[in-house]
Amino acid sequence: MLPTCVAMVLFIAIPIVSIFVQSLFIEHQKPTIEIEICDPFGCKKEIGVDVEAYAALNKEKPLGRFNGFKTYIDRNHLAFKELYEGWSNSKTFSEFSSTFFNLPFYKALTFTLTYTLFVTPFVICLGFILALSINALTLKIKGPTIFATILPMIVTPLMGSLVLFWMIDAEGIIGSTIQDLFNDPYLSLKASTTLTWITLITYGIWHHAPFAFIVFYAALQTVPQEPIEAAIIDGADRFQRIRYVVIPHLLPVAVFIALISMMDNIRVFEPILGFSAEASAQSFSWLIYNDLRNIEVMNFGSAAATSILTIIMVGILLTPVLIKTWREFGETR
Amino acid sequence: MATLADIKSRKLLIINTIFIITWLIIAAFPFIWTFLGSFKVREDFFSRSDWWYVISGFNTIIETGGRYTLNAYKEAWIEGEFWYAARNTLIVTFFVVTISLFLGTLGGYALSRSPYRYAFWILIAALVFRAMPHITLVSGYLFPFFQLNIWGILPTTIIVLVAINQPFTLWLLYSFFKTVPKELDESGMIDGCSHFQAFRYIIMPVMWPGVITAGLFSLMLAYNDFTVTAMLLSFENHTMVPKLQSYLGTNQHEGNMMWAVASVVSATAPLFMIVMFFQKQIISGLTAGAVKG
Repeated sequence: MLPTCVAMVLFIAIPIVSIFVQSLFIEHQKPTIEIEICDPFGCKKEIGVDVEAYAALNKEKPLGRFNGFKTYIDRNHLAFKELYEGWSNSKTFSEFSSTFFNLPFYKALTFTLTYTLFVTPFVICLGFILALSINALTLKIKGPTIFATILPMIVTPLMGSLVLFWMIDAEGIIGSTIQDLFNDPYLSLKASTTLTWITLITYGIWHHAPFAFIVFYAALQTVPQEPIEAAIIDGADRFQRIRYVVIPHLLPVAVFIALISMMDNIRVFEPILGFSAEASAQSFSWLIYNDLRNIEVMNFGSAAATSILTIIMVGILLTPVLIKTWREFGETR
Repeated sequence: MATLADIKSRKLLIINTIFIITWLIIAAFPFIWTFLGSFKVREDFFSRSDWWYVISGFNTIIETGGRYTLNAYKEAWIEGEFWYAARNTLIVTFFVVTISLFLGTLGGYALSRSPYRYAFWILIAALVFRAMPHITLVSGYLFPFFQLNIWGILPTTIIVLVAINQPFTLWLLYSFFKTVPKELDESGMIDGCSHFQAFRYIIMPVMWPGVITAGLFSLMLAYNDFTVTAMLLSFENHTMVPKLQSYLGTNQHEGNMMWAVASVVSATAPLFMIVMFFQKQIISGLTAGAVKG
């Protein structure tokens, strides 16, 4: 009992502390050394990196040098300075927005938020409609239908997106069909930012809709029959019954789905790799991954700063829910 | 004589059927397609000229003489050392599931019988861990692991995955044990059982449905994980998903694309089997928290 709790605190708290500490540091400046290079035409002095000293420095202080909160406001993160300069230098709004979207952090912010805002409502709607229509099926075909429906969800996002990517690739079935339809052999979903975003969002809906479906489907089984019967007697048709009886009953469930699917969407990462969409779509998770993926030069400080900013974002998102849960617990106590 | 309502409901039925069939095609077709394509050569699966080649295997016949070929699988598993990645996945998945379930059952049982109100804090922890992008945690683990020189090996990855998984497992099992009546183990203790005996002889026989559900979720997490395994394992120790991604690195290299296709199919197939068998438990687990809350 106690060990479990200790372990949990250990594993939740320590990484967060660790990234916070890491985010305050930045890699060492490379110490330089003057080397005299002599050749038949005389000697000249050159400045090079002192590899040995650098290694020694890294060994002594592996975290790097202390940088305070400067990493947070540099060009790759909040970039206050660049924003301010962009704002005062640009005359039109579009000029400013182009500066804005060239900053990696805001680029990622825009994509992550757009993705979340588009995927979540579509997932809820599609899941609800699916649950309604599959619920109406006969028992015999229900099982296989549900199985096929949840397939997109259980496959890991990387594989799911790859499977789709191979199909929409210019050499895949959907990609070449689209090229034929528009009679444009160079049309490619990878080519433009907008198309890539649409592809990613479509993928997100495909991947998350099954989850919404399952939860709605289970909740549909708990809808009480009496109000529906009463509605039938009162002459409500099918749509009115759904609108005025079923939907109000499922509203709390919909809120739950919205919350979970927002959490999942904010950390969108693997589809970006799967669709090789790094060029036009970047998310927070991708920024962190990008800082860490090269074992030779890992930007711990930068990755950690992005992580902290992400956690703060998620925290803002979660606060209303936490407050609500807290209140409910207070009431039942 | 058909009444107005009958006609209406028949219309609805037709719309409904069309909708479901469309959805099923969208949901399942990509997998069927990839499965079919994995038995062909690259020129067929990624053919510029005619997508029908994936079915007819035009180039496959030319290159190998048959309509189906296992070349992609053979190369990926042996040359691409996918078997080694599969072995790693097996180890990671096995240990993550065992350890999470062991800690989860004991912890969940203790929590559910304890007089204090822990539920809220487990819920919060589960929620926070659910919400936190895994990669932010990984970036926290990475640096200490490098310093301690325990980066890149399987045991640390297993521990991290267990840690990420634990709050959810604990919460699931906690709410499951809550449904097991307290009187059951109390009656045992009246008969002279110790706490552990009560757990062993009274709770264990009835806990399997909950444990299987929790186990399935741990399994899916460990099996599907990309972020943690890709960042915390050295290249030689990669599990299946990061391995698969490494095949894509050399994008246009001819063989590797088919390696990736074959390994996607090999990695997905066992998962589908498991889901087919345990569909009910997964659905009940997913809805456990939702419908009550």
